[in-house]
Amino acid sequence: MLVYSLKRLALALVVAVTVSIISFGLLYLSGDPAIAMGGESATAEDIQAIRVFYGFDRPLVVQYLDWVARALHGDLGKSYYFDASVFDLVFQRLPVTLTLGLSAILFAIALAVPLGIAAAVRPNSLIDRLALLISVMGQALPSFWFALMLIVLLSVTYPLLPPSGSETWAHFVMPTVVLGYYATPAIMRLTRAGMLEVLTSDYIRTARAKGLRPPVVLAKHALRNAVIPVVSLAAVQFGFMLGGSIVVESVFALHGAGFLAWESISRNDLPTVQGLILVFSLIYITLTFLSDLVNAWLDPRIRIG
Amino acid sequence: MGERILEVENLTVDIPLAVGTLHPVQGISFHVDRGETLCIVGESGCGKSLASLAIMDLLPKRAVRRADRLVLDGKDILNLPESRMCDIRGNTMGMIFQEPMTSLNPVYTIGNQMIETLRRHRRVSVEDARDRAISLLEKVGISAAASRLGQYPHQLSGGLRQRVMIAMMLMCGPDLIIADEPTTALDVTIQAQILLLLAELQREFNMGLILITHDLGVVARIADRVAVMYAGQMVEQGSAASIFTHPAHPYTRGLLDCIPIPGKTRRGQPLGSIPGIVPSLIGTVTGCRFAARCPRVLDVCATDPPFRDGPAPGQAYRCHLDSTGSEPGAGATP
Repeated sequence: MLVYSLKRLALALVVAVTVSIISFGLLYLSGDPAIAMGGESATAEDIQAIRVFYGFDRPLVVQYLDWVARALHGDLGKSYYFDASVFDLVFQRLPVTLTLGLSAILFAIALAVPLGIAAAVRPNSLIDRLALLISVMGQALPSFWFALMLIVLLSVTYPLLPPSGSETWAHFVMPTVVLGYYATPAIMRLTRAGMLEVLTSDYIRTARAKGLRPPVVLAKHALRNAVIPVVSLAAVQFGFMLGGSIVVESVFALHGAGFLAWESISRNDLPTVQGLILVFSLIYITLTFLSDLVNAWLDPRIRIG
Repeated sequence: MGERILEVENLTVDIPLAVGTLHPVQGISFHVDRGETLCIVGESGCGKSLASLAIMDLLPKRAVRRADRLVLDGKDILNLPESRMCDIRGNTMGMIFQEPMTSLNPVYTIGNQMIETLRRHRRVSVEDARDRAISLLEKVGISAAASRLGQYPHQLSGGLRQRVMIAMMLMCGPDLIIADEPTTALDVTIQAQILLLLAELQREFNMGLILITHDLGVVARIADRVAVMYAGQMVEQGSAASIFTHPAHPYTRGLLDCIPIPGKTRRGQPLGSIPGIVPSLIGTVTGCRFAARCPRVLDVCATDPPFRDGPAPGQAYRCHLDSTGSEPGAGATP
């Protein structure tokens, strides 16, 4: 297990370095950043001055290493738009996005996994059809529309929940449902497919031949095998929710990191975008690493080669 | 032989399909006594595996099981609710499957899977269950048994996994073990070891053993009695000696012609084979199932053949021909 974890960690570090190079390169994606920062009225001297001031005149490798060294000390540069450091901006907004993402993925798992199991145990039954309906709807409903309908129903018609903001847990209920529902279909279908396959396997027949009761067969022998791919999927979905919660964050006016990303892109605030991409990528890499560890714990064939 | 462990009378399995109903098992009857090995022989698809799953009540959901009698240890198990069947499976009746590579759960240790079997049926401590698991692993010829308990199935070879499977099914000391082609998936060198092990354990634990196989060499070595199945029906039954010395059914004879006998079969001489294929088991079939492939087929074979007494005591077969090979009507009684 230790060897496996270290291998995975090394791989995660390699990916992190690659990601850092890519997000560093982003700054140069739109051409010479000094020209972009100087604006239309800048003279050649101004641009040269900006170049020297920000160090754009140095070799790229030096710039990259300098940037990495700063990033490791929590210095991600200054926002072009706000008079604040990117680090502060990102970490001010991140808790909202993390709270939303975490609650949404937990909601999705809590809904999808039991439903997937129930659907697999009785294929083509009423509950299977219901699960299918729920997942098709989750795939088909645009989240902004679903969000607006929830607001109309639960904030306007029946004023039970606040429509916007992020002050209390009540503010997170509707965003969680909308974002979590979006992740439900894939997790449910994968759980169902995994369970269906596992339930016809020889070792399930063995478990039954040993006289184990159906709940034990299901929970102990089938689920652990079926859930292994689901863990990886959930980790990817969670990462996706952190980055992809922009729509939900803007509808519910949750000022999280997703919202910040959208704002920064439209304002051409490259250092902020760069910082966000780096932070999101690192979170993503961490999640993948953790899901690998969970899978190794679940499946001895992974950890004992 | 000892008391009767299992009695099966007129067991039928039907599987409804889109194109009609499949009849893989068509009213078979047999019994197993304590300390006895019954070999069920037949080619692939003759229904022997489904018959054994039907006894365990482990058939696929769609399959319909019927029987006149299904008695284990003097108790009717035909109409037991699932919860009561659970108490019997793995307890008084165990089953060993064909595919040792996939029959153990890959995510739990050998010890975990063995111990849970015993603790499901008996009130014993984990330590005691562990001790029994170790002693059984040793009994099935696994060295360093205590350390094996912490290993996962993928760390063991196919032969070892099948030994673990056997030990696991012995945890509760069952009266009956059904082994469904337990050596088919194994290397030839391992096959004989596993079979001799089964035969040995059967004697030691004084169990009934049903061994399902299509390997007549195996049968000759360890069977007390033999039941031959063809196309869902029992075509011949009798003591191993009687089946091998004077097989009465043309199918049994055909099967025996397929195996070379040292000293009798000459080098270069082609081995026997049975021409044709097994008939479809979908829909209603009447007449002798073997008629289309039988070298001695008669007009009368279009009707269902009767069960006849064979040449040896306890031997019976399903054919229109009597055991001397005479046609019906030639004898005094039908």
